[in-house]
Formats: sequence, C-alpha cells, structure tokens
Amino acid sequence: MERRQLARQLSAIENGELQVVKTEGLIVAITGPPGVGKSCLVDGILHRLAPKHKVAVLAIDPTSPISGGALLGDRIRLSVLDDAEKSDSIYVRSIATRSSSGSIPSIVSDLANHLLASNFDLVIIETVGAGQSEMRCAAIANRIIVVEGPSRGDGVQAEKAGLLELADLIVVNKSDLEGASKVVNDLTVSLTLTNDAPPIILASATEGVGLDELSEKILSLEERVSSRRARVRQQLLMAHENVLVRNPAFEAIIDRMSEEGLSIEDALREFDE
Amino acid sequence: MGARQRIVIAKPGLDGHDRGAKVVARALRDGGHEVIYTGLRRTPDQIVRTVMDEDARFVGLSSLSGAHSHLFPKVCNLLREAGLDDVVVFGGGIIPEDDRSQLFDAGVRAIFGPGTPSTEILEFVEFASGLNCGVGSPDEWHWGE
Ligand code: B12
Ligand SMILES: Nc1nc2c(ncn2[C@@H]2O[C@H](COP(=O)(O)OP(=O)(O)OP(=O)(O)O)[C@@H](O)[C@H]2O)c(=O)[nH]1
Ligand SMILES: [Mg+2]
Repeated sequence: MERRQLARQLSAIENGELQVVKTEGLIVAITGPPGVGKSCLVDGILHRLAPKHKVAVLAIDPTSPISGGALLGDRIRLSVLDDAEKSDSIYVRSIATRSSSGSIPSIVSDLANHLLASNFDLVIIETVGAGQSEMRCAAIANRIIVVEGPSRGDGVQAEKAGLLELADLIVVNKSDLEGASKVVNDLTVSLTLTNDAPPIILASATEGVGLDELSEKILSLEERVSSRRARVRQQLLMAHENVLVRNPAFEAIIDRMSEEGLSIEDALREFDE
Repeated sequence: MGARQRIVIAKPGLDGHDRGAKVVARALRDGGHEVIYTGLRRTPDQIVRTVMDEDARFVGLSSLSGAHSHLFPKVCNLLREAGLDDVVVFGGGIIPEDDRSQLFDAGVRAIFGPGTPSTEILEFVEFASGLNCGVGSPDEWHWGE
C-alpha cells in the first residue's frame, strides 16, 4: 500500500468525491468520556498488535460549531508511532466531526470500510467522548469497547446506561488511581441484572496493566445479543437521518422553518415528497 | 474567511517550549482550520510521516531553542523526497532575522516571531493556499517579501 495514495483517497471520501463499497472486517469503536484514557489505551493496543497485525485508527475530535475548525490532538498520545519497527504497519488518521455537514458518522463508516479494503486487519475508531455522535459512531463499528474511569463517587449514572448497553467489552482505566476498583464493583453489580453482561477489564494505560488482555480480546470479541440490537437501532436512526441530511432541500427547508415559520409537520411532509 | 485547510503544527527537535505552538494551533482552529498537533520532540521523519498520513496541505514548525537552521531545511528536504511537493511549510518561534533568508531558500514560506497577531498567520494561510508555493515549487516567494 502506498501511504500517500491512501491518505489522499481518504480525503476524497471525506469530501464526498469518492464512493466506497462495504467490506467485511473488524471495526472496533473505543468510546468513553473525555480524558478517560482512550488514546493511551489505543497506544497500548497498537504496541502489542503491530507489526504482526496491520491496524488503522480513525481518531475523531469535535469540530468547533463557531469557527468550523478543529484541534485534532489524539495523535500526541500515540508513542507507538515513534517506533520504526511498528509504525509501518499502523495508519492513524485524525477526523473532525465537521458537524455542520450533519452526516459525519456515515463518512467515518466509508473511511473505515475503505481501510479494511486496503488490507488492514483491524480498524479502531476512537470516538469523541460525549453525546449523541458517540452513540452514532457505534453504529459503524461491529464491536464496541466502552472505557470508564474512577468516578467521583457518583456510581454508575443513569445516562451512561444507553452506552453500556452497547458495550461488547468494558474497560475501567486508570486502575492506578483510587476508586477504579469501586467502579468495577458498581458496574458488576448493575450488570448482574443483564443476562449477557459484557466482560470487564481493569486496566491502566500508563502503568501497562491489563493491556495484554485487552489486546488479545480486541481481536476476538464476541458480539453480545443486546449490543447487536442497540447497534442496529443506531444504524437505523443513522440511515434515517442521512435521508434527511442528504436531501438537497435540507438547508432550504431549515431556512424556511427559521425564517418563514414553516412547521415541523409540514417540513417532514416536504421531505416525503 | 478562506477555505478550510488541514494543517500540521509540529515541534521538531528537543525544544520543550510548546506555548507558542499551542497558541498558534488554537488560533488556526479558531480561524476555521483543522489542526493536527503533534506534541513535543518530533523528528523530521515523524513530522513528514504525519503530514503524509493526515494528508495535510500545510505544516507549521515551531522552534525556540536555536535548532531551526538545521531542522527546518531537514523537514523541507524530507517532504520533497517523499513527493509531498505541494505541502506549504511555514514556521515561527525565536528565529533571528539573519537566519531567515537561508530558511526561505530551503523552501520555508513564512517565519513568524514573538508578538505576531494571529490574524496575520491566518492571512498567510489564506493567501498561500491560493498560490502554487508548496515546498517543491520553484517559486521563490515568501511572506512579507
Ligand atoms: C516561557 C519560557 C520557558 C518555559 C517554557 C514553558 C513552555 N511549556 O512552553 C520554560 C521555563 C520551561 C523554559 C525553559 C527553557 N528555556 Co525558555 N523561555 C521562555 C520565554 C520566557 C517565553 C516563551 C513563550 O512561551 N512565549 C509565549 C509564546 C506564546 O510565544 P512564542 O513561543 O514566541 O510564539 C509566538 C511566535 O514566536 C510565533 N510562533 C511560535 N511558534 C510558531 C509556529 C508557527 C507555525 C507559527 C506560524 C508561529 C509560531 O507565534 C506565537 C504567537 O505569537 C522565552 C523568552 C521569550 N521572550 O521568548 C524563553 C526562551 C525561549 N528560553 C530560552 C532558554 C535558553 C531556555 C532553557 C534552555 C533554559 C533557560 N535558560 O531557561 C530551557 C529549555 C527548555 C527546553 N526543554 O527546551 C531562550 C532560548 C535562547 C535561544 N533560542 O537561543 C529564551 C529565548 C530566553 C532567552 N532570551 O534566553 N522557557
Ligand atoms: N493515572 C492515569 N492516567 C492516565 C491513564 N491513562 C491515561 N491517563 C492520562 O489521562 C489523560 C488523558 O488521556 P487520553 O488518552 O488523551 O484520554 P482520551 O480519553 O483519549 O481523551 P480525549 O480524546 O480528549 O477524550 C492523559 O493525561 C493521560 O496521561 C491511566 O491508566 N492512569
Ligand atoms: Mg483521545
């Protein structure tokens, strides 16, 4: 593979200039709150899988809604790129959500599929650590790893439930800090109610704890029945959203809603036509 | 505002001064660009690899330690060797006037010192993106000529 050509192709896909066909292969999303250690864990995984496996990483960061610009900093954590023996079998691309275009998750799907078609064994997507785009990225992956960290004693929050439902594996990172094992306990308790609870790994990306296990598991993660259902739901929502967002009249209809008072019902009717 | 560019901001060498690079990275983001920040202590090879993988059109180098005369031309040469001729190289930091013409000759298109307003850096990016002034271009233009 010619790296430069691959990089240009990915830009073309991102700019909507190149169509992609769906490819079979392993796409794993790594998601979790900001700063929990997703990039550091990815680094640990890459150190263990490369150069034996060819791994691509799509690291997603938010676009500023005000300026349309983005600061893409996940690469800083990837010390593996300094390792000449390994970096040749790794490809890392930073992606801005460009949320104004509305359809970023489907573009990430195209990028991931193109990487699989370019002979990568595994594509890891590091998602933005918050909100709905995180759930939507889950629609693209066929396995999902949710990363948690030591919380400030607030237990497992209700709003996390949706995300945990998606998890095929949970990693509780920062085991070197106080409170991490309590989170494992809390999660274990709350997951006893589920009949196919995902496995939990206690890890420390900075101390190297749990990373061998994580790297081994990532290649052979079993799909949970409930995560499959949650993922398919996200896929359906995403597909439906794309129908709206990709409609050429989308922006014009929004203008009419905001300026002429077009109602939501009437707007939806226009999309149907 | 000009078109959105993908810009790598990099700190080559052992220089640990990263405030300026971070200020510039943020200013470019606020100007609507997608900025990939490499973090401290990158080798020229790593910087070129990042530019290639990220398909960036610009690379901004920051140096306050005095190693610019060696490192900036090195990055320019490696970019050309990698066939990344259309990438625009610019830089900033503590870079004495006397050193600049040598850097321009090597292919660097702009040097910004302390106190540069971020609007000027944004103007440069917008202007340069309309020119054929990549590191492999024979054009001898540089900003502030
Ligand atoms: C703060 C500082 C430090 C901090 C750095 C903190 C940090 N994380 O950045 C600390 C205390 C750690 C430090 C340490 C050292 N420092 Co010091 N430091 C400074 C100081 C006072 C200010 C630098 C700064 O942050 N400025 C604020 C930022 C925003 O400005 P800036 O970096 O210049 O960036 C602006 C422009 O230059 C430009 N720019 C910069 N990079 C880029 C890149 C691009 C692409 C673009 C477009 C523009 C651009 O845009 C920015 C915004 O306008 C300078 C003196 C000075 N007045 O510059 C000395 C200075 C840079 N340090 C110096 C030295 C020698 C050192 C030390 C070796 C030891 C020492 N004597 O203190 C160590 C080495 C550290 C290391 N590992 O490299 C010397 C360098 C001498 C030289 N080049 O010949 C200076 C010039 C002081 C001096 N007059 O002697 N330092
Ligand atoms: N103590 C401790 N710190 C860690 C661990 N893993 C990561 N960190 C630190 O947590 C901070 C954030 O790490 P990242 O890997 O960038 O986290 P992230 O989840 O990718 O962050 P975003 O991409 O910004 O959402 C860094 O300062 C890391 O050094 C860990 O296991 N223990
Ligand atoms: Mg990250």
